[in-house]
Amino acid sequence: MAKKIRRWILPLLFLTPLFIMIGLAWVSPLALTVYLGFTDLSIRNFLAFIQDFFTDKVSLTLDNFRRIFTAEDPNIPLTLKVTVLYVVSVLAINAFYALVLSLAIAFFVRNEVLSMILRITWLLPRITPGIIYALMWIWFIDPRNGLLNDMLRLMGVPEDLLPDSWLLRTPYSQLLMIMINGYVGASFGMIVYTAAIKSIPTDLINASYVDGANEFQAARRVIIPLLKWPMLFVTAWQTLSLLSSYEYILMVWGAGSGQGYGIARSAGVMVWSLYSYSKAFAEYLYGYASALSLILVIIGIVLIVLYFKIFGFRRMMEPSKVEV
Amino acid sequence: MVRVTLDNISKFFGKVRAVVDLNLEIDDGEFVAFLGPSGCGKTTTLLMVAGIYRPSRGRILFDNEDVTDLPPKDRNIGMVFQSYALYPHMSVYDNIAFPLKLKKEPQREIDKKVREIARLLRIDELLDRKPAQLSGGQKQRVALGRALVKEPDVLLLDEPLSNLDAQLRILMRAEIKRLQKELRITTIYVTHDQVEAMTMADRIAVMNKGRLQQYADPQTLYNKPANIFVASFIGSPPMNLIEGELEAPDDNSVFFVSSGIKLKLPNVPPNVAKDGQREVVLGVRPEDLQMVGPGDADKEETLEGSIYVVEPLGKEFLINVQVGDHVLKMLVPADGMPEAGQRIRIRPNFSKIHLFDKKSQKALL
Ligand SMILES: Nc1ncnc2c1ncn2[C@@H]1O[C@H](COP(=O)(O)OP(=O)(O)O)[C@@H](O)[C@H]1O
Ligand SMILES: [Mg+2]
Repeated sequence: MAKKIRRWILPLLFLTPLFIMIGLAWVSPLALTVYLGFTDLSIRNFLAFIQDFFTDKVSLTLDNFRRIFTAEDPNIPLTLKVTVLYVVSVLAINAFYALVLSLAIAFFVRNEVLSMILRITWLLPRITPGIIYALMWIWFIDPRNGLLNDMLRLMGVPEDLLPDSWLLRTPYSQLLMIMINGYVGASFGMIVYTAAIKSIPTDLINASYVDGANEFQAARRVIIPLLKWPMLFVTAWQTLSLLSSYEYILMVWGAGSGQGYGIARSAGVMVWSLYSYSKAFAEYLYGYASALSLILVIIGIVLIVLYFKIFGFRRMMEPSKVEV
Repeated sequence: MVRVTLDNISKFFGKVRAVVDLNLEIDDGEFVAFLGPSGCGKTTTLLMVAGIYRPSRGRILFDNEDVTDLPPKDRNIGMVFQSYALYPHMSVYDNIAFPLKLKKEPQREIDKKVREIARLLRIDELLDRKPAQLSGGQKQRVALGRALVKEPDVLLLDEPLSNLDAQLRILMRAEIKRLQKELRITTIYVTHDQVEAMTMADRIAVMNKGRLQQYADPQTLYNKPANIFVASFIGSPPMNLIEGELEAPDDNSVFFVSSGIKLKLPNVPPNVAKDGQREVVLGVRPEDLQMVGPGDADKEETLEGSIYVVEPLGKEFLINVQVGDHVLKMLVPADGMPEAGQRIRIRPNFSKIHLFDKKSQKALL
């Protein structure tokens, strides 16, 4: 018995910081979110609420969820639609396009210099401070002084297809939202995929050539199937981070003014997490914002379970992800 | 089936000269082994034949067709990689069927050929398994099946047995040889194991540091090694090599002299000794040395030494004899028990000795 305990002491010791971190950064906020989601906490009853915190005096209510699910809040349907558009499109760039990109960089392009240049262009937004990145986009898309419209004109895009404002005209603003987030997010998948591609033994690829494959067949029949695990990882990771990331939208479209929504709502780029943020920090409806966040957390968990189901959980837990 | 000609090919990786000016012809249906220590350029040469690497210089011909610039898929080759390189995400069946699927052969044809080759290699029970569920020997057969299923003109094998245990290796050695003779596919077999090369190949190309050392049948390689490298690489236990000088005191006798050794070489023509003196390396295989009694031979044609250590090998003894400053290995029949320290007299079989020029390393006889 004592032996058993002793065997556990060291691992526990090493894991303690991790558990503390998880507790502080994950479990307690989640618990708080769950709790607050069932209350009507706002700036108006804030002080009273603090005193009654976790006592019977706080009235628990399903009001927040009723407002969300019955669309009593008129912003909900649009927010939902924009969120789906946002997550699906940016995910397509970050998980799928990044794969194509990585194949190009790590497999098709033999020239190391060219490959390096490609890599760096996609890493730039990741290493640029977020606010600078956002500012550069704002300048870039400015209809009068920015380069974007001029570039498109040069490429032969007809004048009447160019918007007078990329920020405000709806399909354009949403396209912009996808581009901004896709460009900065693709590097994550790119790094994971290129590392995985490089770790595929050369023999395996050479074998496919000897067996009669050309480069595209080698990529499709050998390389991509071997990237199943990295693909799931990137997809799952990016889904979660996209569901909860609104910082670039916030920086470009703002959240403050405009009755607390910035211009994000009228520009059609109000995603769920940003809406929750606006409710909390522009309208100070903490309870309602928590309810919104809670729904996001649940959606995230459901999606992860779904991914694991699709890709096969058991096989994923096996050792050696890029098998030899 | 084709005749493969390597016409002065070289391969450089930056500053690394992996293969230098290699000339070789492999006849239709022949089984040729590339033999050499690791890093000598065997795999590189094989990958050039396969079309994975393009030679830095020179041409490769299949029969009379120049294939130097053809991609692998247009060469109709089969290859077994040292790592087997089975596709981990495909079943054994799909692994073997892969080359046929790429050729867009009809499904029924594919199925027939896969099952046929699986039966030939006795892996028909394993067709549904994934490579991870196979033993080394089974993987090896699957790799062989994948290489053979498309009926290649040339079969390339890169150290196919090096990952197997000793027993299985001997078994597969015979099997691959039989298969090759049966199918009569022109085959290049890469190995660093001289026993493998000697037992299997029709001809052996011995390579070292990217250069061809000798290209001959096993018997010639053994009996007439062209240089010191081949002499030392072929044969187990290895040939005794002693550095020394040739002296020709008069017109009809030649002596080999080294520290503590003076041996008359009756079979060597005096002109080999050049101006009466020449730096050479004398080579004698352990089995070409024998013990002689005191009066049995001309004393000048024998060496005297003391037994250093005896290694019993079962049917023979491998005796290490200290002669002068040298330790020579000799193989003797296992009768009696020679003892360490015992003084003995040994005589080489002079018709089987080798002499190499020390500077050029080339054979003199
Ligand atoms: N792709 C490569 N890039 C650089 N050097 C290489 C490459 N492939 C092989 N070499 C070098 O060429 C030499 C021959 O290698 P290889 O043909 O693999 O030897 P072997 O198969 O006889 O062991 C080695 O020195 C090796 O380091
Ligand atoms: Mg090799």
